Amino acid sequence: MAKIVAGVGTSHVPTIGAASDNGKDRNDYFKPLFDGYDPAREWIKKIKPDVVILVYNDHASAFSVELINTFVLGVADGYAPADEGYGPRKVPYVHGHADFSSHISESLIFDEFDIAIANEMNVDHGLTVPLTVMYGKPTEWPCKVIPLCVNVIKYPQPTGNRCFNLGKALKKAVESYPEDLKVAIFGTGGMSHQLQGERAGLINSEFDQMFLDNLQSKPEILSGIGHTEYLREAGSEGIELIMWLIMRGALEDPVEVYRHYHKPVSNTGAGLICFEERAS
Amino acid sequence: MAITTDYEDIPGTYVFNGRRCREGYYLNMFCKSLDKSENREAFREDSVKYMDTFPMTDKQRELIESRDWLGMLKVGGNIYYTFKLAIFDGLTMQHVGGMMSHMNVDDFKQMMIDGGRSVEGNKSIKENLNG
Repeated sequence: MAKIVAGVGTSHVPTIGAASDNGKDRNDYFKPLFDGYDPAREWIKKIKPDVVILVYNDHASAFSVELINTFVLGVADGYAPADEGYGPRKVPYVHGHADFSSHISESLIFDEFDIAIANEMNVDHGLTVPLTVMYGKPTEWPCKVIPLCVNVIKYPQPTGNRCFNLGKALKKAVESYPEDLKVAIFGTGGMSHQLQGERAGLINSEFDQMFLDNLQSKPEILSGIGHTEYLREAGSEGIELIMWLIMRGALEDPVEVYRHYHKPVSNTGAGLICFEERAS
Repeated sequence: MAITTDYEDIPGTYVFNGRRCREGYYLNMFCKSLDKSENREAFREDSVKYMDTFPMTDKQRELIESRDWLGMLKVGGNIYYTFKLAIFDGLTMQHVGGMMSHMNVDDFKQMMIDGGRSVEGNKSIKENLNG
């Protein structure tokens, strides 16, 4: 039986990927950020998940305003890094697990989460930066990846509560798959940031700390946060934090094993939190 | 159910709702097209001719030509889309953030290093008016 053994919440700022790709990850600006990633990288080496369900948002790369889906699950054998305007990131090809993905999509739909299904898609920094955060610069990613895309660009985004419940449905989906697989789930994006408008540059580390402090033991406080509160307090792009709630919903009784917060990375408050499922 | 627009009270923020998404559709699709290298080449070669392939309003075209990043948001542009045009120009998000908030890029960068723009005093148009 497949089993979710760990969860990770992390920001996916594109600058983090660029710093790693260009060998700038230990310069004066980035060292405090990347030094804080080292313990998490050691930890994930021990956890060694076979498959990572990676919850992220596409930034007008694979999808566009042409067709806006709230939730999309990738069911392909693999996913190529997207050209985001600079040419694709020079990171390894992302291998999927088509059969497991298909199983998850079917289980979710029977569980009344009518998820959209992508048989073909490329993956942008939203997916590849979290892999960099946790795995550094390997020649091949050490896990298979199942992408779960969430619309956080077009208002209204799904509610935090919906995301939390989707996480619970994901757990059921994973645990009904017969193959013995160790699965980790990453919820990515955020933390507080606003890229647009006269309020660009907003960071609210108090909000970020509150979010980190409640994620393990009081997720119901977080899943009750509404759109306007996210937009106001965490910035227009800070609402990406709803994707961390999908991760948290998929964990039953997590133990927080590591946390790191650093601001700023470019225009963002960058957070990282690692959980292990107690039962595992 | 009733749809609230109380987010309109947040200063300096252009929530990408249904209305803006419709209004900015072709502007955003133009920007999106720049993630293909052949389109970047075509736009570089003849920007007017290239923009003709997207039925944008004259106002939207003017804002693109003048690289008015804030103006583009006001006619339905979304930052993840307009940023593709910024990438084309060789700009970073901090350049664009500075221009949208009427700061030069060095001041904007310094503000970020100092911890970013504070949320205090930036939460509510109503509150700000009432002091």
